[in-house]
Amino acid sequence: MSIFIGHDTRLVVQGITGRDGSFHAKQMLEYGTGVVAGVTPGKGGQTFEGRVPVFDTVAAAVRATGANATVIYVPPMLAAGAIYEAADAGIPFIVCITEGIPVLDMTRVMPYLRERGARLLGPNCPGLISPGQSKVGIIPGNICAPGRIGLVSRSGTLTYEVVNQLTRHGMGQSTCVGIGGDPIIGTDFIACLSAFQADPATDAIVMIGEIGGTDEQKAAEWVKAHVTKPVVGFIAGQTAPPGRRMGHAGAIISGSSGTAAEKMAAFEAAGIGVMRRPAEVVELLRARL
Amino acid sequence: MNLHEYQARALLRHAGIPVPDGDVADTPAGVEAIARRLGGGVVVKAQVHTGGRGKAGGVKLAADPAEARRVAEQILALTIKGLPVRKVLVAPVAEIASESYVGIILDRETQRPVFMVSAAGGVDIEEVAATTPEKIVKLAVDPRYGLLPHEATTLGFALYRDVKQVRAAARIMEQLYRAFMESGATLAEINPLVTTPAGEVVALDAKISIDDNELERRPDLAALRDPTAEAPSEVQAREAGLTFIKLDGNVGCVVNGAGLSMATMDLVKYYGGEPANFLDIGGSSNPEKVVNALRIITADPSVRAILFNIFGGITRTDDVANGIVAAMQRFPVPVPIVIRLTGTNEREAVRILEAVGMTALNDMDEAVQQVVALAKEAA
Repeated sequence: MSIFIGHDTRLVVQGITGRDGSFHAKQMLEYGTGVVAGVTPGKGGQTFEGRVPVFDTVAAAVRATGANATVIYVPPMLAAGAIYEAADAGIPFIVCITEGIPVLDMTRVMPYLRERGARLLGPNCPGLISPGQSKVGIIPGNICAPGRIGLVSRSGTLTYEVVNQLTRHGMGQSTCVGIGGDPIIGTDFIACLSAFQADPATDAIVMIGEIGGTDEQKAAEWVKAHVTKPVVGFIAGQTAPPGRRMGHAGAIISGSSGTAAEKMAAFEAAGIGVMRRPAEVVELLRARL
Repeated sequence: MNLHEYQARALLRHAGIPVPDGDVADTPAGVEAIARRLGGGVVVKAQVHTGGRGKAGGVKLAADPAEARRVAEQILALTIKGLPVRKVLVAPVAEIASESYVGIILDRETQRPVFMVSAAGGVDIEEVAATTPEKIVKLAVDPRYGLLPHEATTLGFALYRDVKQVRAAARIMEQLYRAFMESGATLAEINPLVTTPAGEVVALDAKISIDDNELERRPDLAALRDPTAEAPSEVQAREAGLTFIKLDGNVGCVVNGAGLSMATMDLVKYYGGEPANFLDIGGSSNPEKVVNALRIITADPSVRAILFNIFGGITRTDDVANGIVAAMQRFPVPVPIVIRLTGTNEREAVRILEAVGMTALNDMDEAVQQVVALAKEAA
């Protein structure tokens, strides 16, 4: 088992003929992901890598292939449109990799998705991987290994760093999920924690947060009330100055709120093992398993 | 992107919100001319992107044009929190009967634009929110329908009793909401919104932040950026496609990815060093980006040692290695470099570096400890 994706994932790649889309579609195919269709308007009828049919619209792709998930690699000004299209075609799980979507676009996207019961992961995220089963997005497959640790993170490369530590020390992963660094995202920590808590293939959970907002604090409260599995966590940005956007649009300390210290204190209060540095993940997990 | 007060006032006025007359100048003579045109007492306000302008001497009253010129000379010579004052706003001194606060923020929790209004205005709204949150009325707007008439009226009643003032405020709420949406803002604030002794409702000061992600499709907004109001190294970095933030330490950092960049800075601190910057070369792996990154960091005289921390995913570590080698051939790098790289094309990267006599580490903790020690030696 795993969360959100697995052996039964039938994936559409929106933007499959673009630079990023084609590169990562190839990587996903090599990993064994069930990529069943690509979408690029005007390129319907083509075949990608000799085996994946390309369609003009997501609706056509879904009709022809029974796809149940999609991953979006289209430029930021077109990305909200791609999300609407996927939800309207009835796809229940939408992963948006694109960084740089205007946040006001997302305020309109979110109620549209809720009305259609679709889950969005991202935007501005690396996607997710259930090692040995399926990978959707850009997380490098070779640093992951199948196993029983669930990982959820707001970051990309920092996730790789932590996953790499786990894999090197023999701790494989059930699913690694990147929820994205934007202020408005479709899937938050709590949604992932809840899925990991319910997943019989997950024994312990790693949370990687960062400065900005209150998602980690709320997640900590949720852990205290609902999670029985061991949880360890890291917060990036202890040295970040207030008021500056640290790369991610959502990584900004507003006034005195959203600091790393505040989030780490919330973790402590909820019984979450606090990592002082990424490499501590292994010993903290070992002490709790 | 933060707008200057004078730019924010212009946006509000364009939206129809009553804003007092006033103009911006960059010389004392210009200030004197504006003060003469306005007549009477004026306030001269430094236009810099930081709070606490008043305390730093950046906001002064002047009774007549000659005094306006004198205070402008003082203010234009100031540097407030590292930012030189290049422009000042000149506005008439307002007569104030009451002050309130009106703001719209893009709220992460409700995922909507949220109004925050308070009759306790003119002060630090964060302090009001912390100490007396009951004095702030909040209202989340559904962006599909916009601010509905009864919602605008409710917000008006939160500030005033007089129905004429309530209606005037409601109209301002609608206009502010429209300005917020049309300018792709993440924050739009009127602080204070005042009533005059004659009963008029007027916006005295304004603050607007634009979502950086809007700028690509909105050249009109992108043109409002004032590069003279930012650190030159940050302007240079942005033009090179890098995210760079200058900090106070002496360990230069070049990292791929925002989260790993922050975690690297934190680890520098953990091992007793101080990061000199945040620098994210992003996901692509163009060697030129690495060259530009090194150029920007070596230009900072406080940097004593430089750390590369690259976890190759989309970023190819051999591209980064090529960038480092190219940079060292083009300009002098006067401080030691510690390189940690792992992931995509790692073997090739190590070969490229070893060919020029450099080495690369595989472990992040080891690399950070090494660079901190080198920076301390050189300090």
